[in-house]
Amino acid sequence: MSYEAWILIIGSLAGVTCGIIGCFLILRRLSMLADAISHTVLLGIVLAFLISQSMNGMYMLIGAAVVGVLTAVFVQLLSSSGIQEDASIGVVFTFLFAIGVILITVFADNVHLDVDHALMGEIAFVPFDLVQLGFLPPLPKAFLMLSAVLITNLLIIVLFYKEFKITSFDPQMAAAIGIPVLFIHYLLMGMVSITTVASFDSVGAILVVAMLIAPGASAYLLTNKLTIMLLLSAVFGIASAVLGYYTASFLDASISGSMASVNGIIFALVFLFSPSKGLISKKFTFKKLNTES
Amino acid sequence: MSDLLMMLGDANTRWVLVGTMLLGLASGVLGSFALLRKQSLIGDAVAHAALPGICIAFLFTGEKSLIVLLIGATTTGLLAAYCIQLIVSSSIIKEDTAICLILSVFFGFGIVLLTKVQQMPSGNKSGLDAFIFGQAASLVGSDVKLMAGAAAILIIITMLLFKEFKVLTFDPEFAKGLGLPTGFLNFLFLSLLVAVVVIGIQAVGVILMAALLITPAIAARYWTNSLSKMIIISGIFGAISGVVGTLISTFGQGLPTGPFIVVTATFIFLVSMLFAPERGIIAKKIKQNIYHKQLNKAGAKEGMS
Repeated sequence: MSYEAWILIIGSLAGVTCGIIGCFLILRRLSMLADAISHTVLLGIVLAFLISQSMNGMYMLIGAAVVGVLTAVFVQLLSSSGIQEDASIGVVFTFLFAIGVILITVFADNVHLDVDHALMGEIAFVPFDLVQLGFLPPLPKAFLMLSAVLITNLLIIVLFYKEFKITSFDPQMAAAIGIPVLFIHYLLMGMVSITTVASFDSVGAILVVAMLIAPGASAYLLTNKLTIMLLLSAVFGIASAVLGYYTASFLDASISGSMASVNGIIFALVFLFSPSKGLISKKFTFKKLNTES
Repeated sequence: MSDLLMMLGDANTRWVLVGTMLLGLASGVLGSFALLRKQSLIGDAVAHAALPGICIAFLFTGEKSLIVLLIGATTTGLLAAYCIQLIVSSSIIKEDTAICLILSVFFGFGIVLLTKVQQMPSGNKSGLDAFIFGQAASLVGSDVKLMAGAAAILIIITMLLFKEFKVLTFDPEFAKGLGLPTGFLNFLFLSLLVAVVVIGIQAVGVILMAALLITPAIAARYWTNSLSKMIIISGIFGAISGVVGTLISTFGQGLPTGPFIVVTATFIFLVSMLFAPERGIIAKKIKQNIYHKQLNKAGAKEGMS
């Protein structure tokens, strides 16, 4: 397959994987926690690298998942000790991220793992990083990781769909009918962590937040049904990846940055023109009401 | 130790230290209000959103004059804060999602512009990437004077309007009843917040600037229940973090300043969380133990009678 096709496929995979998870984050008001995890995953990756001395994807996934869940646990601990939640998120992620940056600059200065790469990702090199797996032809590492994570996430969501839905919309009722709310919460956080890591190579730790939140937020403004929201979010994820890539090659600028910008543009359009919840349609409804009365 | 003395002998280092100290002080003071108003994370979004502003300013003027870059940063920072409020007030999207969205999209756009800047012949050496993690050592005298002056002005404005901000923070309805211009004061406070974030990004970097607003304020909250004391303590904690972080980062070659300032601030926070009298974890445990003993004693007595 051609170089361009691989980039489009990998970008779209990242878009779909992030977009689906993002819907649950938005409904549960956990966006900032996801932002925090996307930062602290850096620490997990650096630690995995320092301990194993290799850039093996498996170690990185484990390290990131551990640090991601730890972030959620620390935030939970601080906020249950009486600190308001937004501030506990701020304290935890800045600290863990700062340690990650310090470790990179001190210990891992000469390796492939550098700060810019971690922040912005470099999807342009991803198609060259090939892995041979069994009888299959050599495939890009990022493609395999993203597909594996997407399949895992989809399986978990399909298996626990009802649980996810109820805990997202009505946690009290979920607890009352015996759904393990806390377990679902940490499961989701684990999924966010591995999603972040799998997308890390392609879009970078910071911009993965845009991939996570923006498609879901746009979809949220267009529908009231969870299934449709998930589908729309996946579609927006793919659209922003594809459009972002072409914008970037047109402007000759950062691909991941362009994907985030396109995400922002899509959201702005939906925010203005959404048929039911858009700014302009609301204005019209008000006008109609005014003239009728 | 002699290294330290030698460094302190250097005039530029001394200026940088004064700058980061005043910066820590100002962000500690404003951070306390932001914390109580539950606006801490808006600071985070504003800091990230400063990146495109810096790049736009550089693309337009083609030179790295700090004041121009800061004007750019302030513009996009304010724009981001406005966008967040617009999204929250006119759609079903909640504040955390709005903050997250604006933060990442603005930062992504900033990265696009940054790659354009780096393609320019003059942009390659511009060192704009230092804004991502902060490089206090790269500050020159005039930059530091600007930073220190701005921080001092911010502190003075906050002190002058202390009473107004206090009422606005704790009881906005009452503030309105008193006839205070609450809309204007809200805007002014947001502008002060944006200003302190913007002057801090050169030293601390856009990603970690939020920590300087949040962490000292939270740490100070453990030591007191009075707003004026909290602001003073938070300012002192911020100043200590700034100075210690800068000192550590100047020891090594090419170490970024921001992360060390953040680690110092978090260390102060952890100490406060454990050891603060009354609200600290240890003090609480001791108090609980005393209550338990008293209860047991009372229970034993009752059992005897």
